[in-house]
Amino acid sequence: MLLDNIIVFTLASLIGFEVISKVPQTLHTPLMSGSNAISGITIVGALIVAGMVGGAWATYLGIGALIFATINVVGGFLVTDRMLQMFKKRD
Amino acid sequence: MDAIIKLAYLVSAILFIFGMKRLQSPATARGGNQLAAIGMLVAVVATLVSKSILTPAQMLAGLVIGGAIGAYMARKVQMTGMPEMVAAFNGFGGIASAVVAGAEIAKLIQNTGTASGEEFYLYTAVTIALSVLIGMVTFTGSFVAFGKLSGKISGNPMHFPGMRLLTILLAVVSIGGLVWMTMGATNYPFEAYTTQALTIEFTEPMIYGAIAVGIAAFILGILLVIPIGGADMPVVVSLLNSYSGLAAAATGFVLNNTSLIVSGALVGASGLILTKIMCDAMNRSLLNVLIGGFGGDSQIESTGLSLEGKSISETSPEDTAILLSYAEKVIFVPGYGMAVAQAQHAVRELGEELQKRGVTVKYAVHPVAGRMPGHMNVLLAEANVPYDELFEMDEINGEFDTCDVSVIIGANDVVNPAARHDKASPIYGMPILNVDHSKTTIVLKRSMRPGYAGIENELFYNSNNRMLFGDAKDSITKVVNEVKAL
Repeated sequence: MLLDNIIVFTLASLIGFEVISKVPQTLHTPLMSGSNAISGITIVGALIVAGMVGGAWATYLGIGALIFATINVVGGFLVTDRMLQMFKKRD
Repeated sequence: MDAIIKLAYLVSAILFIFGMKRLQSPATARGGNQLAAIGMLVAVVATLVSKSILTPAQMLAGLVIGGAIGAYMARKVQMTGMPEMVAAFNGFGGIASAVVAGAEIAKLIQNTGTASGEEFYLYTAVTIALSVLIGMVTFTGSFVAFGKLSGKISGNPMHFPGMRLLTILLAVVSIGGLVWMTMGATNYPFEAYTTQALTIEFTEPMIYGAIAVGIAAFILGILLVIPIGGADMPVVVSLLNSYSGLAAAATGFVLNNTSLIVSGALVGASGLILTKIMCDAMNRSLLNVLIGGFGGDSQIESTGLSLEGKSISETSPEDTAILLSYAEKVIFVPGYGMAVAQAQHAVRELGEELQKRGVTVKYAVHPVAGRMPGHMNVLLAEANVPYDELFEMDEINGEFDTCDVSVIIGANDVVNPAARHDKASPIYGMPILNVDHSKTTIVLKRSMRPGYAGIENELFYNSNNRMLFGDAKDSITKVVNEVKAL
């Protein structure tokens, strides 16, 4: 399991480096806030632990994590969209 | 069922990758962001469907509360407030990762003394510890950065005696806590702790170890960011962005969840690339930035260059208007001062007025201008400057030789020629915009106060430089009116 995880992590990092190193400077802020929203993928982790059978504490913490992660995801994607909307070519 | 969920995670990962790929051009970027958002939706729905996770009310409550707060923040924020907003969202991501790891521990505690059939590995302890550590550092670090960027705490580097020692000590405590957490799992590293029953000997080190790591990391995050000055914030913001990705990936290792690992790795890579670009643009190593102390009001260093006997010449909005109107090519160089004065709309208006008169207008953006990567580009886009008029340093540096007037709006260190030739200068070797190659330079500035690197700028003393003192927005607006009146 650990080895599988390491393999996935390494390959994904390489793809990340490849794709992102070509993003132009103009879009660095949207890149940051967009990728930041993606890091809110912890939302999935939060959902998993919040739903696991096992005690009140696990549930409370899970719901807390869920709220934080949702702020990150929803806020991140919306703010990125707002920014990208403004980037226009000369008409 | 399990296969379907794994495939759904694969789909979401693919959507993330294509979404980010579309960020390679402003024309496709918006669609890319939406693609990534759909990817997130797929991952969330797949997770909700799986494993009978749903206690619907709780889930819904969490999603609605979080979503409402996020949406409110995203709508309310001003474009000038973008750096601190990015930092804040980052912090939320970090704390979420740490709390998920905490919930994982709570579950283990709950199962103490029972044969729950839970499998426990040594590496589970390690990854939980890492998840707490990175998540907490990201959380407090991001919120200190938020405070600095929004001006709620001073942007100057902060130091106190013994700070470095304390930082090292806390790092040692974090690692110690991590080791402590693994003590319950004394079996062969990667083999399952085949639990007939999780014993108290096993769960106790987990709890106390995690608390130690959590507290140490909480303080560590603060100590890592407070010594870093305002001018270095683009590096910090990028690095924290990378951490938030790594925190998510660590959580993925805890839960054995591929979608977390993939997305976390993507974000980690993106943050690291930005960090490297920012460091290169300042010709400094990451370590040098992190040790901090660069910038702020306190340390005005002598440049080893005699500015004595040289004087500055001041100009007026009227003269500036005339100079600009009769130029063939004008290059605007925005910096953090433009953001502070909110002068971007006035600048765009001036640019358009000049274009009407047949002047070629371009914008030159240094990679570290402002407080986060791409800061100036966002502000100018907000003011409706088309992105094809914005140029990166390498594209435009050759053009200053044929430029009549360069207008420097609230930028300082990134146009200081000392970086090219003055070995004594702290910014020596930093790539700069060659504005001094243009026929005339006009510098808009509030006063003669030095820039954030705390050093004098010899550009101001050049014979072909004119200073236009005052608030950038006021000054530019006056120039616009003068140009219109011509």
